[in-house]
Amino acid sequence: MSELLAMADRVVARAKPGEQVEAYVSRDLETEVRVYEGELEHFVSAQSEGIGIRIIRDGRTGFAYAGTLDVSAIAEVLAEARDNVEFGTHDEWVGLAEPDGVDVVAQELWNESLAACAADSKIQFAKELERLTLGVDPRIRVEDSSYADVAVESAVASTTGVRRSGRENGCYVSVGTLATEGDETQSGFGFSVGRSPAEFDLAKAAREASDRATRLLGATKPVSKRVTVVLDPYVTAMFLGVISSTLNGEAVAKGRSLFKDRMDENVANPLVTLVDDPTNPLAYTATEIDGEGLAARRNVLIADGVLRSFVHNAYSARRVGTRSTGNAVRGGFKGTPGVGCMALQLQPGTRDQPALIADIDDGVLVQSVQGLHSGVNSISGDFSVGASGMLITNGAIGAPIREFTIASTLQRMLLDVAEIGNDVDWLPMQAAGVSLVIRDVTLSGA
Amino acid sequence: MAVKFWRTASTLRARPLGRLRGVIEQDVLQRVLASAVRTGADFAEVYAEDKRSTSVALDDGRVEQVTSGRDRGAGIRVVKGDTTGFAHTADLSEAGLNAAAQAAATAASQGDGVTRTIALNRSADRVVSPVSKYPDEVRKADKVAILQCIDDTARSAGAAVVQVSAGYGDSRKHILIANTDGVLATDEQVRTLVRVMVVVDGDSGMQTGYQSAGHTMGFELFDKVDVDALARDAARQAITKLKARPAPSGALPVVIKQGSGGVLFHEACGHGLEADAIAKGASVYRGKVGQLVASPLVTLVDDGTMTGEWGAIAFDDEGHASQYNVLIENGVLTDYMWDYLRARNEGRPQSGNGRRQSYQHLPMVRMTNTYVLNGADEPDDIVRATDYGVFVAKLGGGSVDPATGDFVFGMTEAYLIEDGEITEPLREGNLIGNGPQVLSDIDLLGNDFAMGNPGTCGKDGQGVPVGDGQPTLRVKSMTIGGTAA
Repeated sequence: MSELLAMADRVVARAKPGEQVEAYVSRDLETEVRVYEGELEHFVSAQSEGIGIRIIRDGRTGFAYAGTLDVSAIAEVLAEARDNVEFGTHDEWVGLAEPDGVDVVAQELWNESLAACAADSKIQFAKELERLTLGVDPRIRVEDSSYADVAVESAVASTTGVRRSGRENGCYVSVGTLATEGDETQSGFGFSVGRSPAEFDLAKAAREASDRATRLLGATKPVSKRVTVVLDPYVTAMFLGVISSTLNGEAVAKGRSLFKDRMDENVANPLVTLVDDPTNPLAYTATEIDGEGLAARRNVLIADGVLRSFVHNAYSARRVGTRSTGNAVRGGFKGTPGVGCMALQLQPGTRDQPALIADIDDGVLVQSVQGLHSGVNSISGDFSVGASGMLITNGAIGAPIREFTIASTLQRMLLDVAEIGNDVDWLPMQAAGVSLVIRDVTLSGA
Repeated sequence: MAVKFWRTASTLRARPLGRLRGVIEQDVLQRVLASAVRTGADFAEVYAEDKRSTSVALDDGRVEQVTSGRDRGAGIRVVKGDTTGFAHTADLSEAGLNAAAQAAATAASQGDGVTRTIALNRSADRVVSPVSKYPDEVRKADKVAILQCIDDTARSAGAAVVQVSAGYGDSRKHILIANTDGVLATDEQVRTLVRVMVVVDGDSGMQTGYQSAGHTMGFELFDKVDVDALARDAARQAITKLKARPAPSGALPVVIKQGSGGVLFHEACGHGLEADAIAKGASVYRGKVGQLVASPLVTLVDDGTMTGEWGAIAFDDEGHASQYNVLIENGVLTDYMWDYLRARNEGRPQSGNGRRQSYQHLPMVRMTNTYVLNGADEPDDIVRATDYGVFVAKLGGGSVDPATGDFVFGMTEAYLIEDGEITEPLREGNLIGNGPQVLSDIDLLGNDFAMGNPGTCGKDGQGVPVGDGQPTLRVKSMTIGGTAA
């Protein structure tokens, strides 16, 4: 039995009559290496651990955490959580998750070769990526080239019978680039992710980092107009992340989702089928259990444009009279579980990005967006982001453009989806990327 | 090179609740630092932190949860040449600190044994933001009551109000920094914050309003801030936006209200003036000291000494006393912001801008409170001088690519200006601009300076508290990311 699970068990065993107690314990081991101009800039090796304890009594919740697994500190956390219960408001739906009989889909989340990877090799990956990137184009400089990995071990146990533990690890390399020509500088980035370094594609990361920067050299500010946009897979993944907050069961229960009264209605173009499936081993965010210890599972959220399901944790499900969809998400030991999507994917279409572009007379290929946190409101649906990319004219990619915004509303953008590409790209994000064509978006520039 | 991973030894435990000064003795620090540089490194540093925090979340009319948190540990940095090794530990005993020091030293270098004696000179205590009511001495019930008051007030603001969520947070953090240059500094940082979001529903769908107040002070925040007014203002913003029309698209003059747009300077030039971006040629402001980089109306300051403000500190996270630094004077770039490493490389003094999120993070160049000094114009005259444009009453967040200077920021409360008057409310959206261009396009600057809401600045995955401020001002042309023609 895992040491962490035993620790969680010991906390749960100290529940008093009438109390529900949940303990979440985790330990992370992280490495970060940064290289600059062929030299090691920094090497960070760090272990963090901690515990979060949630107590529910008479419909009231209290919580406390500490960034240590010291025995006397844990006793203090338990006492604080118990004290905090006094100040919560009674809520008839509050309660810990109860095992629901759904089986865990086993995943290969732990890679022994990564765990055994020597520090020297980690430095070499970053150096090699820098070297390859500099070799792509003479106009490129590298701002930093990094390798990072993390190994997480966690356990959750509760008085309602949840007892789970697991561990996973993963690694990535990334490179930031600057392309300079005359007085002008543009920036780019590239990365590669894997369960182990064997999965890295350093050459691809180098090429993308170089291309992202160099193709924007000479970019101008476009004139304002309504256009069809093609979102690059990376941008689509970010867009889906925003959409996911409108499908959050907690937002629905609290009346804050713009789709709260739209179940079984058409909310998107019939081309759109959106699935959240953390049991898909291709997803870097794949997991066996959710933040409350229930089995992660596949949920169809939008089918052929029709809204079919929201995502829930135990609390939000109870409030709207349904069952948890296994979507409790937890940001570590410092908080209680919220609700969120884990591995979203749009059902892909049949054509690649060049074919999608070939059908567009007047449009824009959006290669990066800026300001998703500042110009998008998932409650009102207003969507406005800064962007850069390339003009599309008569089916061909043209001049680079920058310093413009694209704007619409989330509701309209889902309905205005014109085609989905077949170029699914699994990214280290909550959603998979795929090229996405959206009509009638306002481009604002000069 | 080989690197050891270290584990926490839980047998030795420092006294709980004590100030770090008492937890880690000076002679222990001297030995740990000496041991960290024994393999030939030229610099080592211990950063220790003990932080207690409380937060309260109210949503949907209920106090969902009171959370108590405790974070304590030390980060050890060892520098040899251009290489930095870093490790951290939650174990503040001498054994725990030594294990982290060895991991950091191994990461930074491997070399011959050298014995150095470290003598620490304690910096005199320095109080930038005095505290009168320590939050950990205030009853939890009083903290909860603040939010209940906000909830009641916001809900009584109108029938359109359908949801209110409010949050309270406080933290009391002791830090200690000691390094092989002999620096030994300690500081206590107390911050208290409250925020509210109101959702309203109408024929045009839902809208939101948001307000917050946060200061580097204790519970006396609530002697200074009227939480009822805060709640009413959040509700007013949301209700006003029910009648909002789509924002225009294209380039227009933009007037930014006092205290709402400091984030513009944070993004348009602040990040570009951080010496780490300069050193790597990743800033449009590289090589521009002494040159005109902004309208001559603009004098921009980064000021860690501003009492009580969200980004105020007595010492930065490298033990350097906070400073008032003039970055741009009458439009001319005077200096960048510096941390230890970047200043050392240039052979110049630090500027008190070396900051980090926690003991688990490496320090880097960060802003504190960044603001523009007053100009001469009457704010009303600035609006009257604008025939057609946008009046931004409240900005949300923003972001920038320092290499190109292209930045965005969100307008969460904005109005149309028509014939010199503020008219219809506008829906939300981003504004986009290029830093150097926007700075030179500032053509009117008010005399009504005010600081803005508390912010968190994120860089390289680390968040630190920052403040910003400005008087009412006009940018003669910026691109508005709306949907209307």
